[in-house]
Amino acid sequence: MEFGNSGCLSEDGIHVDMDRLKKGEVNLGTSIMAVTFKDGVILGADSRTTTGAYIANRVTDKLTRVNDTIWCCRSGSAADTQAVADIVQYQLGLFAMMNGKPPTTQTAVSIFQDICYANKDRLSAGLIVAGWDERHGGQVYSIPLGGSLHKQSYAIGGSGSTYIYGFCDANWKEGMEEEDAVNFVKEALKEAIKWDGSSGGVIRMVVLTEKGADRHLYLPDTEYQVRHE
Amino acid sequence: MPGFDFSNYNRNAALHARGVPLPKATSTGTTIVGCIFEGGVVIAADTRATSGPIVADKNCEKLHYISPNIWCAGAGTAADTEFTTALISSQLELHSLSTGRKPRVVTCMTMLKQHLFRYQGHIGAYLVVAGVDPTGTHLFTVHAHGSTDKLPYVTMGSGSLAAMSVFETQWKPQLTQDEAVALCSEAIQSGIFNDLGSGSNVDVAIITDKKTTLKRNYIKPNERVPKLKSYIFKRGTTAVLNEKIIRKEDLGNFVSVHELAVEETGDKMEVDA
Repeated sequence: MEFGNSGCLSEDGIHVDMDRLKKGEVNLGTSIMAVTFKDGVILGADSRTTTGAYIANRVTDKLTRVNDTIWCCRSGSAADTQAVADIVQYQLGLFAMMNGKPPTTQTAVSIFQDICYANKDRLSAGLIVAGWDERHGGQVYSIPLGGSLHKQSYAIGGSGSTYIYGFCDANWKEGMEEEDAVNFVKEALKEAIKWDGSSGGVIRMVVLTEKGADRHLYLPDTEYQVRHE
Repeated sequence: MPGFDFSNYNRNAALHARGVPLPKATSTGTTIVGCIFEGGVVIAADTRATSGPIVADKNCEKLHYISPNIWCAGAGTAADTEFTTALISSQLELHSLSTGRKPRVVTCMTMLKQHLFRYQGHIGAYLVVAGVDPTGTHLFTVHAHGSTDKLPYVTMGSGSLAAMSVFETQWKPQLTQDEAVALCSEAIQSGIFNDLGSGSNVDVAIITDKKTTLKRNYIKPNERVPKLKSYIFKRGTTAVLNEKIIRKEDLGNFVSVHELAVEETGDKMEVDA
């Protein structure tokens, strides 16, 4: 085990090492968002993962499936968010088999919140969970660092989100058509990528409706104009 | 008392708090890479192991066996990569025996990430996991904290930047096996020559659905050649100023030996106060 030179004894004699919290972890310095629209929800994210100044993966998929029509956007520590998403995916798979029907978005976010709150002092995970279900249609929830839960009509997160609060507030319209919603997400993420150094690469999106999950991919080579895949 | 003894942890923490630098483990300052091709996957590694500024081993093995169709390249703490891959290899074989199926690469990757996540990065194993299973060809990276990535070409270790620059300029989709082997060894050589932590030879493993081929020391770009000149000093180079011979029977004049009585006190194994 390596020790830095950051050790010190605090007044009460408790040993503190500041480096322990941020030693060479893989981070998702990120731009993520999810929005509701007329027929469901859209999740969007950039694709940059970093270790310090190095881009460890330039085509990361930060949109993770936990059930057919319930997905999440991950920000914070890559290891923590992957571990949480894997647990939730397992729990929802079990839920679906035992009840013979797919779980609701609320069920999913409740499991997410339980894990994030119970382990708040050990996790650095900022999640946006969005899903479509038969009962409630499209829904978006955000679970920031402390493990609180917020139902929103749209949510933005990650380091890049700070640059697009104004853009989103000015351009948001309730109950958009799919094409307009895709455009809203794309333009917002383009702006976030432009200003945030920790965000970049391609733009990935998932559209969740009654028809299931539809994946979008936009490359910087074509100024994010052409839809690939 | 049964159980673990954590008293050394408290000692280390106290020493660290007073500013004492603690010893570093042998780490494989490394270049490891992997690349998918049409019909399989190639992984490659350099063979230098370092301990601080010292080269601890000039020809170590960084390609680890998991199962016949799954292999791992390891960077980070040498002992951790060795034991983690051995542990998962064992568990995967038992799993394969109990299910009656061939082991899968995703299973291996998931077991590794869950093991490493549990130890919160204290197990310093950075791995490239590659293999072919009934579901197809796979290539992953696993970081010490438990995060994973899935990519068509990957690099890890201190030489990862040098190696990635080779991939980013020369990689193309649908490589042949020979092209993939050439590209991977080129990437490792870039690490060997441009990264201080990497060096010596190139090891390559090629995995296809048919078979796995391990090419130990596939390229040896740092062979030691015989010296052009002999540097052995000729006899008589050092001048003899005087000479004195002591015979065995006269040794007592120079060394004295005294027998001491052994004191028997208590149980020899009793070390507790």
